[in-house]
Amino acid sequence: MTSRSAQQSLSRGRPMLYADYRAEQAIWNTTSKKVVSLLLFIVALSLPMFLNRDLIGVFALVIVYAIGGIGLNIISGYAGQISLGHAFFMGLGAYTAAVVGGVSTNLVRGFELDVLIWLPLAGLVPAAIGWLIAPLAARVRGLYLAILTLGLLFIGEHIFKEATWMSGGGGVGRAPTTVVLAGFNIYQRRTIFGVDFSAIGMFYLFCLLLLVVMGILARNLARSRQGRSFAAVRDRDIAAEVMGVPLMQTKRLAFTISSFYAGIAGALLTVVLGFTTPERWNLLLSIDFLAVVLIGGVATISGPIAGAMFVVLLPRIIEWAARILPFISTTVGSNQFLNVFQLQRILFGAMIVLFLVLEPRGLYGIWIRVRNYFKAWPFSY
Amino acid sequence: MEIFISSIIRGLAIGSTYALIAVGFVIIYRATQVINFAQPALMILGAYFTSWFVFSIGFPFPIAVLAAMVVLAAIGVTTERIALRPLVGQPVFSAAMVTVGVFIVLTVVASRLIGPDILTVGDPWQLNRLVVGDIIIFHVDIAKIVVSLSAIALVGALLQYSRVGLAMRATSLDQETALAQGIPVGRMFSLAWALSAALTGLAGMLIGTGAGGIEATTALIALKALPVIILGGLDSIKGSVIAGLVIGVAESLTRSYQPEYAPFLGTNVDIIVPYLILVVSLMVRPYGLFGTKEVTRV
Repeated sequence: MTSRSAQQSLSRGRPMLYADYRAEQAIWNTTSKKVVSLLLFIVALSLPMFLNRDLIGVFALVIVYAIGGIGLNIISGYAGQISLGHAFFMGLGAYTAAVVGGVSTNLVRGFELDVLIWLPLAGLVPAAIGWLIAPLAARVRGLYLAILTLGLLFIGEHIFKEATWMSGGGGVGRAPTTVVLAGFNIYQRRTIFGVDFSAIGMFYLFCLLLLVVMGILARNLARSRQGRSFAAVRDRDIAAEVMGVPLMQTKRLAFTISSFYAGIAGALLTVVLGFTTPERWNLLLSIDFLAVVLIGGVATISGPIAGAMFVVLLPRIIEWAARILPFISTTVGSNQFLNVFQLQRILFGAMIVLFLVLEPRGLYGIWIRVRNYFKAWPFSY
Repeated sequence: MEIFISSIIRGLAIGSTYALIAVGFVIIYRATQVINFAQPALMILGAYFTSWFVFSIGFPFPIAVLAAMVVLAAIGVTTERIALRPLVGQPVFSAAMVTVGVFIVLTVVASRLIGPDILTVGDPWQLNRLVVGDIIIFHVDIAKIVVSLSAIALVGALLQYSRVGLAMRATSLDQETALAQGIPVGRMFSLAWALSAALTGLAGMLIGTGAGGIEATTALIALKALPVIILGGLDSIKGSVIAGLVIGVAESLTRSYQPEYAPFLGTNVDIIVPYLILVVSLMVRPYGLFGTKEVTRV
């Protein structure tokens, strides 16, 4: 063991030299990571002051997608099990929140309770369902979980449509939950320290804080004993079992935690989007989240955040490009080559394929390459 | 009784198309250990091309079906070569995700081609029917059963008795050993995708026959073949056929009797019956009726 001052002098001259394991495994193991994270957080905090309501809504969506993406990354990235049922758990969380925190009408039930009650419940209910379902598929290796969760998605959509008291019914939908934290309505226009925040701006800040908390929690999970056993199960399940990692329990835990994140993301998503119908929680939404993880970076925390930005902002960029490029139409059903929605979908699909074939580590991998290039600059390696 | 028998026949008809799609999944699974999530898109492309050959080119129906199958086989081979071949040796996770990407791309292509209208495939059976006593049998149902089962039998015979079939089975058993015996493993992958895509295309045509028609969202029907392969066993063609018929009949009986006997379950319960069977099957027999139980070695 080196003494503390010796360590500091070591790290000043040799930034990547670690004198002990704890330092290497720290969340922010380099100074530049600390600085960049802090700067990004400050930029994200100040966004509501600069952007209009429409754009801040888009960024709130980015954050919600990031939370959901981090959740999917726990099961798919860290533990290596594909889940196509993420949208189902999101729906479950959304309806839990809407029933506990929403307003009753003659069609739907709602108890108008506090955020402090519905937010944990929106995570815990999907987590409990996930915990119950996981053993069905965890017994068998490979792609069984993908198929099981796909089935779950269809069964779930049927239940959501039929349970009118919960969802408002197929094609009808219901309003989202209210966001009242200890008597303080978050989703309301306010002036704080002389700065004017729109309702969505306030909610954006709330989501941002949640993202920070849940991101750090997930990062801590990933570097804990459990996180290492997730990776062991992913990389070679038999070897993991031989070394004493209980396969079933590990997969089950990963699935449960992932469902928890999905539920929270679903609850927040309905608030950002407003009125939602049961048809929203379909396969396409699940695939959106797979895109978030795969494009962002598998088994990372920063990856899904980058991926969420990519997936949510891409349609905006395409819409903007559609005004310039003549072959894309902005209306559905016209005779142009492709409409915006189709182009966006096709790009998603192509991006998933291209990233998996060319850069399996996603945007995170590209960042690593760029960083390594400049680290060694001007030498090529 | 009439209702019972006609729903059994309808169930066998739809079940045989599920079996056909499931065999498509099984062939690719056996060759590459990947479940091809792009199958639904291939299915509606099959229906589209049949319709296109009939109405735009003017081929007679049987020729149009064969031509569509050839086009689909070409799409399958191209997909495998571009998107899946680079991932040989990578974890199945990546390959399965690539097929999800391919699914999205091909679905958009298909819905662009089909457009907003419902497309008919130009089949000769239309709404013709046969009346036996009190039972009404649609020609199209008979056609579905006959065409699907004979296509599956043909492919089964190809795998079992031909030299190429032997090579494909060897590849699925052990790729490296097969390669060492001089089997062109890469070509076997292409062949598996070609066969699978052609069969799936044929199934798409069958689903578009009669009163059905094809629109972009019809693609999701192909996902019902996933419960079929779980129930039948991921690597068993025989299992696919039996499980396909079982699930088809279960779905059809639910459609006939559930509104009467269990109305509290809501409308369109028959759509989710295959998935409920999937859950039960995973609980009771995770490797399916005829699937090979996996032996793991360190």
